[in-house]
Amino acid sequence: MQDLGIRVLFMGNNFMRLLGGLWVTIQLSLISILLSVIFGILLGIVMTLKNPVTKCITRIYLEFIRIMPQLVLLFLVYFGATKAFGINLSGETSAVIVFTLWGTAEMGDLVRGALISIPKHQYESGAALGMENAQIYRYIIIPQTLRRLIPLSINLATRMIKTTSLIVMIGVVEVLKVGQQIIEANRYTVPDSALWIYVTIFFLYFLVCWPFSVLAGKLEKKWKN
Amino acid sequence: MKKLVSLLLTAALAVSLLAGCGSSSESADTAKTEETTETGSASVYRTLDEIKESGKITIGVFSDKNPFGYVDENGEYQGYDVYFADRLAKDLGVEVEYVSTEPASRVEYLKTGKVDVILANFTVTDERAESVDFCLPYMKVALGVVSPDSALITAPEDLNGKTLIVAKGTTAEAYFSENYPDVNLLKFDQYADAYNALLDGRGDALSTDNTEVLAWALQNEGYSVGIESLGNQDTIAPAVAKGNQTLLDWINDEIVSLADEQFFHADYKETLEPVYGTEVDIDSLVVEGGKIE
Repeated sequence: MQDLGIRVLFMGNNFMRLLGGLWVTIQLSLISILLSVIFGILLGIVMTLKNPVTKCITRIYLEFIRIMPQLVLLFLVYFGATKAFGINLSGETSAVIVFTLWGTAEMGDLVRGALISIPKHQYESGAALGMENAQIYRYIIIPQTLRRLIPLSINLATRMIKTTSLIVMIGVVEVLKVGQQIIEANRYTVPDSALWIYVTIFFLYFLVCWPFSVLAGKLEKKWKN
Repeated sequence: MKKLVSLLLTAALAVSLLAGCGSSSESADTAKTEETTETGSASVYRTLDEIKESGKITIGVFSDKNPFGYVDENGEYQGYDVYFADRLAKDLGVEVEYVSTEPASRVEYLKTGKVDVILANFTVTDERAESVDFCLPYMKVALGVVSPDSALITAPEDLNGKTLIVAKGTTAEAYFSENYPDVNLLKFDQYADAYNALLDGRGDALSTDNTEVLAWALQNEGYSVGIESLGNQDTIAPAVAKGNQTLLDWINDEIVSLADEQFFHADYKETLEPVYGTEVDIDSLVVEGGKIE
């Protein structure tokens, strides 16, 4: 039984290295999520404008990001920027740019959807009560929009966290890559380490994503009334 | 027309965004590379003098290909390629920074000057030689055939009429279907399935890269590599950016001079022998001084 693959976790700095990789994952995804929420809300508002020019631009932006696999975007920014403009971005910077571009596009569309789902009579009822435009938004529209946005944006956030495993392709060593390094380094001595490492990584991802779900549940409950 | 205009606007926005992020978050270290790359596509790479001046060489290696390039439990890079990379940096008198690369991105790293050298088990092919410059080889790979000790296959002719297990899309599959049409091939998608098939006795032998079968035979009692080197010999060599002549020449001189001390034999003993065992003929894998007999 002492041959259990789990012992690789306690060899040398292996466990600390996994946590270090997790920290890279957390940092990059949190920065990207934060930026995506800020830019996404602005983009969503712009998308509801009835101006044909902004409509067209935002549409192209959204479709472009939607069609492109994230891996292609990462390569485009990391290698393409160097080739085309001679800008040498680090892997981390490229990752934040790509994930922010992606998150902003999707978040923008979610915000747009939430905004236009508020029926017109909500605005009109507010106006009928003698509210000013700012008041209508502050007390009627924004609370309802936020409530509708919560589950959608939590999905997006957890999806972004998990997709960061792609950034290994541009040389950023995050939690999944550290796991693979550990498995490979022990390929000949502990052949069954793979299962243990992947189970550990599963729990680490769970630990990162779970607080988001808890937060979402709390907010939904709080805003119910 | 409207679409075209907005497309241009989007592009302009994207470019300014990229430029903005690039200048604000880059460290001083990479800013230097930025200058050199901006002078034109001809000088994406850093010359030998520029590397010496900066005091640091960046080398792209694998971080999950034991025993060629991997990271040990203390977070240190190890392996056959890394052993050589350490020596290169030492003789150049600079520090070394390892960059973890993936098979698919190795060429791009050189093309964009993000690393100075690739030392990641890089097999020399004509196609790759169009995009990067290969130095002298330091290792060679060919096909190997592993079979049970009870019915050891020692020559490819022994396989006629018998069943050989291969993985789909490998050089082994192509080589045997072309040169030995009388051998029955049993094909699998995954290496793991192929090896299990051999263990189950569904075939008489299995063929893939000799380094792989050698390592596998050592782990599996009762199986040996009867044919250690077969088919077209591929070489493995360091690669630098296309046109980086000063660095290319220096590495080539280094490889030639290292032959005096049989450096790659020492490298093999240190990194590969624990995996391949002592039975293997070292000269069927290691290349000294870039010379292939």
